Amino acid sequence: MIQIDNLHKKFGKNQVLKGIDLTIDSGGIFAVLGPNGSGKTTLIKSILGMVIPNSGSIKLNGASVKRNWQYRNDIDYLPQIANFPGNLTVKELIRMIKDLRSDKPADDRRLIELFKLQPFLDKKLSNLSGGTKQKVNLVLTFMFDSPLVILDEPTTGLDPISHLRLKKLITEEKKKGKTILITSHIMGFVEEISDEIVFLLEGKIYFRGTIPELKTKTEQPDFEHAIASMLSSSYA
Amino acid sequence: MLKILKYSFYDLMRSRWSYVYFLFYLLLGIVLLFLNNNLNKAVITLMNVIIVLVPLIGTIFGVMYYYNSKEFTELLLAQPVKRSSIFLGQYFGVALSLSMSLIVGLGLPFVFYGIFNSSAIWDFSLLLVTGTFLTLIFTALAFVIALANENKIKGFGYAILLWLFMAVIYDGVFLMSLMYFEDYPLDKFSLVATMLNPVDLSRVLILLKLDISALLGYTGAVFQQFFGTRLGLVLSTVTLALWVLVPTLFIYRMARRKDF
Repeated sequence: MIQIDNLHKKFGKNQVLKGIDLTIDSGGIFAVLGPNGSGKTTLIKSILGMVIPNSGSIKLNGASVKRNWQYRNDIDYLPQIANFPGNLTVKELIRMIKDLRSDKPADDRRLIELFKLQPFLDKKLSNLSGGTKQKVNLVLTFMFDSPLVILDEPTTGLDPISHLRLKKLITEEKKKGKTILITSHIMGFVEEISDEIVFLLEGKIYFRGTIPELKTKTEQPDFEHAIASMLSSSYA
Repeated sequence: MLKILKYSFYDLMRSRWSYVYFLFYLLLGIVLLFLNNNLNKAVITLMNVIIVLVPLIGTIFGVMYYYNSKEFTELLLAQPVKRSSIFLGQYFGVALSLSMSLIVGLGLPFVFYGIFNSSAIWDFSLLLVTGTFLTLIFTALAFVIALANENKIKGFGYAILLWLFMAVIYDGVFLMSLMYFEDYPLDKFSLVATMLNPVDLSRVLILLKLDISALLGYTGAVFQQFFGTRLGLVLSTVTLALWVLVPTLFIYRMARRKDF
């Protein structure tokens, strides 16, 4: 599904990605992990074409993403920080995004129901709380039925009930055979839902595999400690 | 691109500033007509205001809109939309809504005063056309500046400097060079220098159309000889169009390479 070869990206003097090689096959939940500033968001934004790499290639289903935009029809993306144009209402925003992908059916009603957003539909986005904005963000992401879903910190600001609903939603999407890329700092969440993890460190892939593999490699009984031991051994 | 243009346009039509701008022109038109009580004179006074004010508003609005709609832009970038369509759509959205405020705001009082039955109709149309050109030019330049500067304050600073240069400093330098080199034949030089600045070019175009070039003395005669001909008119229209086209191309190219 996704094939990344020797990806490099520099922001000014700051070399963020230093040669990433990654192949992700169709179907399953992949967690992209790493400390702050390790290049997770840059990697995701490169796949989306929001960041333009200095060198290397990204292919989606065999086609290069460079200078291309139609491929984004097959991606649903949840940005890290939910920032929306403030003088639109929730309803208008949903209508606008649907209009931009006019050839796709959208499942917004069910999601609005799921996250209990009906009372907010006519409110302006600038008046919503952070958690409510994140719910709107989730509706916008999941309302299209795309084969690739990219979630950048999906749990930010969500209350426990919405958190549970989100987990259910993600597993449902996985059952449909979708590929889901997630970044998160909440290890419990990652351990529960992901099939495989990709651990980034200083712009390179440090580990790639399943969670049991990681535990045997680091000789740690639980996931959180396994991650921590990887970090401390690399800094040692 | 048209979809983005539509949403930017709606967004602006809902913003308070478009109305302030519109009401300002409406008021300006009414007051000038009331004070002058003469269409031709009102057009001349209006020219002096438009030539300076339209570029200023275009620059400030352009920069402000770009920085304020950053979130909107990032949302759009993840959608299946071409990058250049996003930025060109936003640019035309801003430029068109500003031009509309200008045309409707000034047009209404003049229409009610009876511009259609007067000989000043052509002068007034030319005024609106150059005003629209100036809006397109300076909004495009503002977008280029904003795209090149991540930092809001810097972007605003450069935009204001650009306006100051085009509307004020350029004329000063131009005049000083005329004084300094007065022993040489300067007619070609002054023609070219006028063509290179859209603000000056618009001013000269309107002045000549108003047939008050006699006020400009010898230079006026040279200018009349050049701009008064069909070639001069075509050439200056082409120059104004180039001033729109070149920054628009810059927006297109810069948008393709930028990281978000």
